[in-house]
Amino acid sequence: MSVTLISTKTESNKKILSSTEALQQILAFASLIILIIFFSLASENFLSWSNIEGILLSTTVIGILALGTTFVIITGGIDLSIGTGMTLTSVMTGVFIVFLGLPVIMGIIGGILMGALIGFISGFSVSVLKIPPFIATLAMMMIAEGLSLVISGASPIYFSDVEGFNLIALGSISPVLSIPNAVLIFFLMVIIGWILLSKTIVGRYTFSIGSNEEATRLSGINVKKWKMIIYTIAGCFTGVAGVIMASRLNSAQPSLGMGYELEAIAAVVIGGTSLSGGKGSLIGTLIGALIMSVLTNGLRIMSIPQEWQTVVIGLVILLAVYFDMLRKKGE
Amino acid sequence: MSGKILEMKNISKTFPGVKALSNVLLDLYPGEVLALIGENGAGKSTLMKILTGIYQKDAGHIFYNNQEIAPTNPKEAQELGINIIHQELNLMPDLTVAENIFIGREPRDFLNFFLNNKELNQKAEALFERLNIKLNPRTKISKLTVAKQQMVEIAKALSFNAKVLIMDEPTAALTDKEINTLFNIINWLKNEGVSIIYISHRMEELKRISDRITVMRDGEYIDTLPTETTEMKQVVSLMVGREIKIEQKTSNPDTFTETILEVNNLNNHYLKDVSFHLRKGEILGFAGLVGAGRTEVARAIFGADSFTGEIIINGSKVSIKQPVDAVNHGIGYLSEDRKRYGLMLDMTVKENIAISSLSKYTMASFVKPSNIKKDAEEYSTKLKVKTPSVNQRVKLLSGGNQQKVVIAKWLLKNSDILIFDEPTRGIDVGAKQEIYELLESLAKEGKSIMMISSELPEVLRLSDRIMVMNEGRITGELLSKDADQKRIMELATKHY
Repeated sequence: MSVTLISTKTESNKKILSSTEALQQILAFASLIILIIFFSLASENFLSWSNIEGILLSTTVIGILALGTTFVIITGGIDLSIGTGMTLTSVMTGVFIVFLGLPVIMGIIGGILMGALIGFISGFSVSVLKIPPFIATLAMMMIAEGLSLVISGASPIYFSDVEGFNLIALGSISPVLSIPNAVLIFFLMVIIGWILLSKTIVGRYTFSIGSNEEATRLSGINVKKWKMIIYTIAGCFTGVAGVIMASRLNSAQPSLGMGYELEAIAAVVIGGTSLSGGKGSLIGTLIGALIMSVLTNGLRIMSIPQEWQTVVIGLVILLAVYFDMLRKKGE
Repeated sequence: MSGKILEMKNISKTFPGVKALSNVLLDLYPGEVLALIGENGAGKSTLMKILTGIYQKDAGHIFYNNQEIAPTNPKEAQELGINIIHQELNLMPDLTVAENIFIGREPRDFLNFFLNNKELNQKAEALFERLNIKLNPRTKISKLTVAKQQMVEIAKALSFNAKVLIMDEPTAALTDKEINTLFNIINWLKNEGVSIIYISHRMEELKRISDRITVMRDGEYIDTLPTETTEMKQVVSLMVGREIKIEQKTSNPDTFTETILEVNNLNNHYLKDVSFHLRKGEILGFAGLVGAGRTEVARAIFGADSFTGEIIINGSKVSIKQPVDAVNHGIGYLSEDRKRYGLMLDMTVKENIAISSLSKYTMASFVKPSNIKKDAEEYSTKLKVKTPSVNQRVKLLSGGNQQKVVIAKWLLKNSDILIFDEPTRGIDVGAKQEIYELLESLAKEGKSIMMISSELPEVLRLSDRIMVMNEGRITGELLSKDADQKRIMELATKHY
């Protein structure tokens, strides 16, 4: 016996779906282009190669933090510990290389693992101890801040005697244009993150948990395990950001890092990732991070005082989220 | 045990402080639809959760294909061929159809880490072809209607080669047409040898679709009856442990003279030229299919959605732009989704009752709690809210009592026009009766009531007059003495 079911307009559905998603990407990208055109008209220095390099370089640390935390935000969580977590990984990299005299490569791996450990602890608190992400990572933020000061004795650890350490970020292995390594690493992290999020099982469960955690659990997915994995992955991104930060400054600065988490979250939000979970993209986050640094840089070039730059970025966040909501309403 | 696919014997389960199930029985034959019914709290859900591995039983045995089983999680039950489709569909709205169906079983490439989306969509397409379902595997769930989402759930269950399929209130959110489609699918499944445990409160559906009916009450097994030879009235009385009379109201239309609310040419995105009037002391029923625009009328009048048109209250034209305007004109709205729109679940009975009338109790912005307690107690006694005290948190109350708290809120606010949207949704049979009596006594006291309901017996039982809607229009008006189910359904499906 055969059953006639309500027929779906399969083809038209497909078209509508792909066009609204494309629109989101195009909108964010278009705002970035408009900003760039605006600033390049306002100042002839804006499009100089050294300025572009400066913009890209200043995007790297916040950008990498934002990439990692995009995973967490898509699950419907939040990670406030990435700023000071990054500080702690810088300090631990310093401890491994300067105090313990380990080879640079071991120091880097150690730093990244430190980041992973911070992420894992946050993930454990959230999924096993069931502490709300905001509180769990707020606690982790303070723990990491305090530990950074304790371990370093509240003074910077300098890598001046470690030959080539600052080349990790500021050297260039690129054959053309001498793009700084930090920028190359940032783009590499975008690609790694993009593959993880859209091509692997981790990415699928990241969206699934954010979309409906209970349904995911009832589908037989070990949600606790996957959440810990996702926070740990975000922690690895924090670790990479910490190493790059240390290399750029050629030192581990134990009191620098607080506040970075909010800038990273802002970049994620501007990039169209929903704080209620289930929706988001790393390309969006990349564009969001670029919008933030283009704005900061452009306003500085136009000699707008620092204080006002912050006000403008605040307004941009409001606008970005408002337009995103309008777009969703229109769907 | 000959021929049975499933047999649950003497199942018991205790939660801290509550005996949820004691010695419950259930058996199921291949290719049959067994209706499982009982009031809220009768233990149906607990029993099904034990069968699907969400809860573990304290005592008893489950035999499946003549082998004893004890699933410890939903996945284990699914792999055995026992699947449940929950009332609140358990899908991930931001994932596609195919991603939802194969969640946890995604086709993968190297290292079991990379996804193979091509194979995923092909598998889904093959599944739909086998089931004769037309769905695009790449569509996001959030873009589908509830009926199609349900189809995804059914397809998901069948992708596990389900032999036993549990459906919990599957028709709660469906239109009549969609219900017919669902029943076609159920019949097809039966022919394929799939057994279905069908949980529903809707008696007329059970008559249509089920082979046998198992009744539970207060965590105990009561009886199993063959549907064909059983009167539904008998089933209901087994459920509640007493006879319930279902009757129709026949009121004299001349009783009501004073028009309190007049609505002229209401138009908005959903509504087309909706006009009607409501008189003092009257219960005006709004009947129609789900999606006919009845809730939208209520939302417009209450200022929750924008509209054009005229609203006249007590003879003077009023401007209602937002809910606060409506409340100030004496309108109270009781949403069909009281947990979301009607109550602050974590707050107490007293706080919920007083929330709309706080200005009565404040002196220079300070709230005087003693008066609130006194008034809340008065109303909760009057409405017979079953609660140990008005300091109890609302989420610990049953559905019927929560509904009464919402009613008390508007009574305390002294609202004269009460709009009830599905007043008995999710409320068990016994408590329904109480809500009916309450509505009638409110009308007698001079409150004017607009009542939206999808249950025709309920509309006929309560309404003095019935407005029928379809596709955003009023398609007819019936006096209670002229109304019957057939006439209402004709108007509810009338097209313009």
